[in-house]
Amino acid sequence: MIERSPWLDRTCHAILIIAAVLTCIPLYYAVVAGSLTTEAAQKVPLPLVPGGAFLENADAVWNRIGFGRLLMNSLIVALGIAAGKLAISLLSAFAITYFRFRFRGAAFWLIFLSLMLPVEVRIVPTFEAMTDVLMPLRILVQWSGISWLVEAMTGWRLEISANWSLLNSYSGLIFPLMASATATFLFRQFFLTIPDELCDAARIDGASPLRFFWSILLPLSRPNLAALGIIFFLFGWNQYLWPLLFTTEPTMTTVVVGIKQLVPHGDSIPAWNLTMNAAVLAMLPPVAVVLLLQRWFVKGLIESGK
Amino acid sequence: MSETAIPTLPPPRRALWPAFLRKGKAKRRSVQGIKASGFEGQLLPLLLLTPQLLILLLFFFIPAVRGLAQAFLLQDPFGQEVHFVGLENIMALLRSAEYHESLRLSVLFTIATTVLTFSVALVLAFATDRVTRGRTTYRAVLLIPYAIAPAVAGFVWAFLFNPLVGPAATFLHSLGIAWDPNRNGDDAMLLVILTASWKHLCYNYIFLVAALAAVPRSVIEAAAVDGAGPLRRFAWITFPMIAPTVFFLIIMNTVYGLFETFAIIDATTQGGPAAATSILVYKVYVDGFINLDLGSSAAQSVLLMIFAVCLTVIQFRLIERRISYEVSQ
Repeated sequence: MIERSPWLDRTCHAILIIAAVLTCIPLYYAVVAGSLTTEAAQKVPLPLVPGGAFLENADAVWNRIGFGRLLMNSLIVALGIAAGKLAISLLSAFAITYFRFRFRGAAFWLIFLSLMLPVEVRIVPTFEAMTDVLMPLRILVQWSGISWLVEAMTGWRLEISANWSLLNSYSGLIFPLMASATATFLFRQFFLTIPDELCDAARIDGASPLRFFWSILLPLSRPNLAALGIIFFLFGWNQYLWPLLFTTEPTMTTVVVGIKQLVPHGDSIPAWNLTMNAAVLAMLPPVAVVLLLQRWFVKGLIESGK
Repeated sequence: MSETAIPTLPPPRRALWPAFLRKGKAKRRSVQGIKASGFEGQLLPLLLLTPQLLILLLFFFIPAVRGLAQAFLLQDPFGQEVHFVGLENIMALLRSAEYHESLRLSVLFTIATTVLTFSVALVLAFATDRVTRGRTTYRAVLLIPYAIAPAVAGFVWAFLFNPLVGPAATFLHSLGIAWDPNRNGDDAMLLVILTASWKHLCYNYIFLVAALAAVPRSVIEAAAVDGAGPLRRFAWITFPMIAPTVFFLIIMNTVYGLFETFAIIDATTQGGPAAATSILVYKVYVDGFINLDLGSSAAQSVLLMIFAVCLTVIQFRLIERRISYEVSQ
């Protein structure tokens, strides 16, 4: 530090400690409530120390809403979203930085546009699109006259009657959240900082574009992949609106949405012990990721924001 | 002096945004943002782009267009009849008192959350920058809420402030405050504001910590030599130097408050009591999926999309302008 000012330093420590405590109190109480029996959880005031029923509660949660299955769903969805986002953004960033092709500008623009509209503002139309993915194709066939043409020529009636619905499927939970303009721009940004000599050398050695991508770009991108992968994993794990809408079967939903079934409503017995138990279980994996991979997480967070 | 490796901010991305978003005259270069040394080929890049574009088309562009179309149609919830009503849906919305109320609540909620998260985060970032011992620990603890799903945070806070058993509510009652977010709309609003701020604080915090770490020491030391104390230096030197981050965060907080708080509302108050916390994103959901008023919901979606686009444009103009004192390393 530049000068000694013990009072200011002490104030700073005090502020930070208070903030840290305030951050932790909700989490501490979630743990406390999650470890109480149903009777103890209804006492006012609530006990200050955890009870001994955490495992029993966890067992009840496990059986009541099929938590194990939900945990697996969450894991599949979060990993799927993270891997998918990274893969498609890497590929598109590679295409728009290393190739000079006709629709480059248009492609760049289409991706850029998608940055503007968050999921929340277009939920109804997206929901409808999800339940009937092939509808646009059907309309296209009808309007373009292809169906009439085929019928006239072959005597067949061409009808796309397939009703491909993504409701209650992993693809429905993963694909719509996979497009990522942010990641594409980030990788593009990163590729622009890679020395041109690497590409020249690879070309002189006769490497094909895909070979260059696989053997040079991908290893170089590893730190960025790790950092962004964590952010996207958290993004996927913490999703709420999509799984809530697109899963009507309780077994296909995710952990975060599953907790909703355990919340005591209105005038029912105000027993939050199972709810808080489930909440603690649901927050354990992402909190572990953030604490254990702190360095990568901070890097990813700051880069994905810019 | 920093004991932890806080990543530095990447250089500003100029010349990335299209001309109409950029301030001033834009030189038209035929190809920008492309490597001088690249590969030939027309087909391969298109193939590489296909997965991204296909997903965008199916789950982004088609729904957006359908949403636009639907905003001009009136569909009765039971039958199949659809009429074209032009701007009727949107006009009805703009006239409805409910929508005005929802808009008012959204603005209130967003401003409160933005101010609360930003100011608290600024104090914490200043303190973190100031202390040397225990910095890593403070940062690790303060970052935990980022990992927690907004909905889970909502459930936990709903429990804490539950008027029957919640420990925080019990505490308030013991102070003689008649706290009941299930019946009192103001209490409910306060609850969602607190929850959303608790959840979003860490985001502001980490950006401010990184920005403060990037301020050159030489400038600060020069000011110290001239006799400026820590608070004065912060107000007159550090804060102006981190202005780009400040603007960025204010925009991000606005976006967060307006569009990303559905889960928190649904988990804590479900828009209640009596729509006292039914902000715009929540109202779209309720009208579309519970009241099944698709025309109105689509019209709301269109208005929200317009808000979102405006915010994005502002965001990029600000990033582009980047009140820059060249905080370079």
